[in-house]
Amino acid sequence: MTSLFEEVPPSTSSNDGVPVRRVEVRINGETRAADVEPRLLLAHLLRNGFRLTGTHTGCDTTNCGACTVLFDGQPVKSCTMFAVQADGHEVTTVEGLATASELHPIQEGFKDEHGLQCGFCTPGMMLSAKALLDENPDPTEDEVRWALSGNLCRCTGYQNIVKAVLWAAEKLRESDGSGS
Amino acid sequence: MSLDEIKIGGLGASRRRVEDNRFIRGKGNYVDDIVLPGMLYMEILRSPLAHARIRSIDVSRAWAIPGVRLVLTGEMMQARNLAWMPTLSYDTQAVLATDKVRFQGQEVACVIADDPYIAKDGCEAIVVDYEPLTPVVNPEQAMADDAPLIRNDKVNQNDNVIFDWEVGDRIGTDQAFAEADVVSEIEMHYPRSHPSPIEACGSIADFDRSTSKLTVYMTTQAPHIIRAAVALVAELPEHMIRIVSPDLGGGFGNKVPVYPGYVASILASILTERPVKWIEDKTGNLISTGFGRDVYLKGQMALRNDGKILGVRMHTDSDHGAFFADAQPSKFKIGLMHSAFACYDIPSAHLTARGVYTNKAPGGVAYRCSFRVTEAMYFQERMVQAAADDLGMDQAQFRRVNLVRDDDFPHRTPFGFLTDSGQYEKCLDIGLEAIGYDDFLQQKEAAAERGRLLGIGISTMTEPLGAGNSREYDILGIKMFDSAELRVHMTGKAILRTGAKTQGQGHETTWAQIVAHELGIPAEDIVVEEGDTDTAPFGMGTYASRSTPVAGAAVSMVSRKIRAKARKIAAHLLEVSEEDVEWELGRFHVRGAPDRGVTIQECAMAAYSNVPDGMEPGLENNAYYDPPNLTWPFACYIATVEIDPETGVWDVLRVVAVDDCGVRINPMIVEGQIMGGLTEAYAMANMQFITFDEDGNCIGSNYMDYLLPTAWETPGFELHEVVTPCPHHPIGAKGIGECATVGGPAAFVNAVMDALKGHGVRNIDMPLLPDRVHEAITQRHDVSGAPPVKGS
Repeated sequence: MTSLFEEVPPSTSSNDGVPVRRVEVRINGETRAADVEPRLLLAHLLRNGFRLTGTHTGCDTTNCGACTVLFDGQPVKSCTMFAVQADGHEVTTVEGLATASELHPIQEGFKDEHGLQCGFCTPGMMLSAKALLDENPDPTEDEVRWALSGNLCRCTGYQNIVKAVLWAAEKLRESDGSGS
Repeated sequence: MSLDEIKIGGLGASRRRVEDNRFIRGKGNYVDDIVLPGMLYMEILRSPLAHARIRSIDVSRAWAIPGVRLVLTGEMMQARNLAWMPTLSYDTQAVLATDKVRFQGQEVACVIADDPYIAKDGCEAIVVDYEPLTPVVNPEQAMADDAPLIRNDKVNQNDNVIFDWEVGDRIGTDQAFAEADVVSEIEMHYPRSHPSPIEACGSIADFDRSTSKLTVYMTTQAPHIIRAAVALVAELPEHMIRIVSPDLGGGFGNKVPVYPGYVASILASILTERPVKWIEDKTGNLISTGFGRDVYLKGQMALRNDGKILGVRMHTDSDHGAFFADAQPSKFKIGLMHSAFACYDIPSAHLTARGVYTNKAPGGVAYRCSFRVTEAMYFQERMVQAAADDLGMDQAQFRRVNLVRDDDFPHRTPFGFLTDSGQYEKCLDIGLEAIGYDDFLQQKEAAAERGRLLGIGISTMTEPLGAGNSREYDILGIKMFDSAELRVHMTGKAILRTGAKTQGQGHETTWAQIVAHELGIPAEDIVVEEGDTDTAPFGMGTYASRSTPVAGAAVSMVSRKIRAKARKIAAHLLEVSEEDVEWELGRFHVRGAPDRGVTIQECAMAAYSNVPDGMEPGLENNAYYDPPNLTWPFACYIATVEIDPETGVWDVLRVVAVDDCGVRINPMIVEGQIMGGLTEAYAMANMQFITFDEDGNCIGSNYMDYLLPTAWETPGFELHEVVTPCPHHPIGAKGIGECATVGGPAAFVNAVMDALKGHGVRNIDMPLLPDRVHEAITQRHDVSGAPPVKGS
């Protein structure tokens, strides 16, 4: 199966006569560079250029939030940002949530509270949740619902997603309290 | 001695999902995640007009763009006899338009290029000269004498009518109406909606000239049906076709049909001899792929003064769009609409159904439902509430009078289905108790005195899930059975494959639980695979809540075959006769000597190392399961709402759901399915619909216009259960994934209509948008949702 996933250069960089620009983005703590067409969307750079396919594209119009990533810590919809706008910035994708040895509590929460079904909206949901919990470690249910209102889910009905985020918030507070 | 079934992840364990391990890490493998060496990208040029003759198509400017490798038009498809393809309902559908376009968004040309941006540039560069024709946007217009003929491509099609169909007892029903004290009538529209999984459709076709093998990775809920269709349409040998359905980002019925994009990508790969990827954008998905609903009802009920329903008449006019591409069993032209009123004891009923072509996208898929049961149950429950109002009876009591009693099973429904079990009144009672029915009625009255509008809506229904039995259920003649194949390895670990295809339902988790229940092998020792036609046994796929009733039953049956062989091996190992071997979960022991036993794992090892003389080695088998009947889950949904009379906005106060889906394999997953279904029910009642303007422009072609509920407006849900095991299913389970979507909408709408009782309003068509509710309150009349017709 490995041949199915070989890394390819950013798809628009090979065309003669098309202007390209070098961008350097710090993605999940690692600096990566690519030559991109100015019109290339950030979501496509992440997915096709860097093969970080956990960032999904759902609606192309900034509504569904499947492509949500953290941009300098803030949740943005990467389908409506140009790759060149990310030059010199920091991006966190779902692949940057877990460490080699352990899951992020938000990931654990989604699994434990059955906060996902098909999994397509999940990466964006978790990143929006992370942005919330980074700012507000003890949110109310309403605050969670509001923070996730830019992310659509068609499977779960949200109730378990909200529970997952509250579960993670509690877990994060406990680990902070223990001085880690 | 015996294993704890919950500990090994058997039936009833809320086992955490296996598939989540990759999804939460962003390591799912959806079609768009797959990259093949040398792959090209395809984009589709769609019609901007709903009805127009194509005068000419000029593709020269597209060909001139560097990086464009191929441009496909209808003419090129026609030269290869691929311009039209059969639908799942014995009609034909254009792959790429040749003569005229028949709906906005119809596929006109495809550009295949080095990357998707260039392919889009190519589409922009194509010039199509259209001659606009009068669009037909609703059934009334389609059936008018002077209506434009949409399907002039079909010989002998002289009008826009697709079918005129009837079912039930016309004479008996006429008699019931003659004897009625009261006749209750209502008209309504179940609006067109789109299943809209967040992931749109797509495919990667990879034709290898050297082996003549075609592999297609694609978003399909039914890979084997697709393989058969490709064999027939593209005239390729079936053993040289491999369909792979990887992780799916939701389906909800939208990923059942065969779409032009799939066919075009296959031809493009054959012509370019390179893999060709087509990933549909959201607008393409919303305006061209399988929609749900779009049915108009005229309903009548014959009633006795004491509340007894004597008979029901239903007439439906359904809008199928430009091609009759409903995904449904062949025998039933309007799906299982005639499953309406199955939970009520009604002597006779009659349904007439007419289907028409319009200049709208084709589809009529079972959007999170079992073939139009969503419309059936919505119409049923709205008619029930209207009838209760007409009789001046309490809506709960009216249901209680008419529900089938527990000791009346098996029960023949008024349209001829056979239901086999249920505790309907118990479900209703639990629901009423949970919502605090009597208290709410008092609150409502008190609130009304202060000018506040509170309402309560009930929906009770049983629905037929799990098509089918093969006597009655087939798609294009292929019987609707399903299958499972189980291989137990020598160390007692196993791989299970089925003909179903998960798209979020969690089969990788739950199927292993069924095996654990049957064999005592811990669920974590069983890997489940689906979706690859080269390895999975033939099955009809996952939709219409058929997986647990059919494929899930096959999983049980194949496990039992394995157990039967293991028993012979156990007898051999224990040196006793087979009759002296007793089964307990995960282990055989000698009758009367429970200490002398062998585990299923020891039997598995022996199957490869120490089989008795004359026995075939190995421990694997398959099962094809043809269910004797449908499964009939029952549900009672109750919602309470408050309407703001100034704005027409209504808020949900509480939602109570009581579901009886029989034995629950994984209660956590079942509850997840119910909450998801309730959300779609709320969505349809509140905001979610695809409508059209008088020119046939689709209003709802993106998520800015097609409203889906977010976490913010979606209400919380309170879940309750009743367990009546299905008498014919091997583990007593029934379908559940769609019950709430089917039964839920009427609970919300009935609640709003209950709040408006006394306001001179009988019906507001879904969705109950604030402006519609406001119009009903201020103008004191019904509000229709039918699209406007030009010039009227």
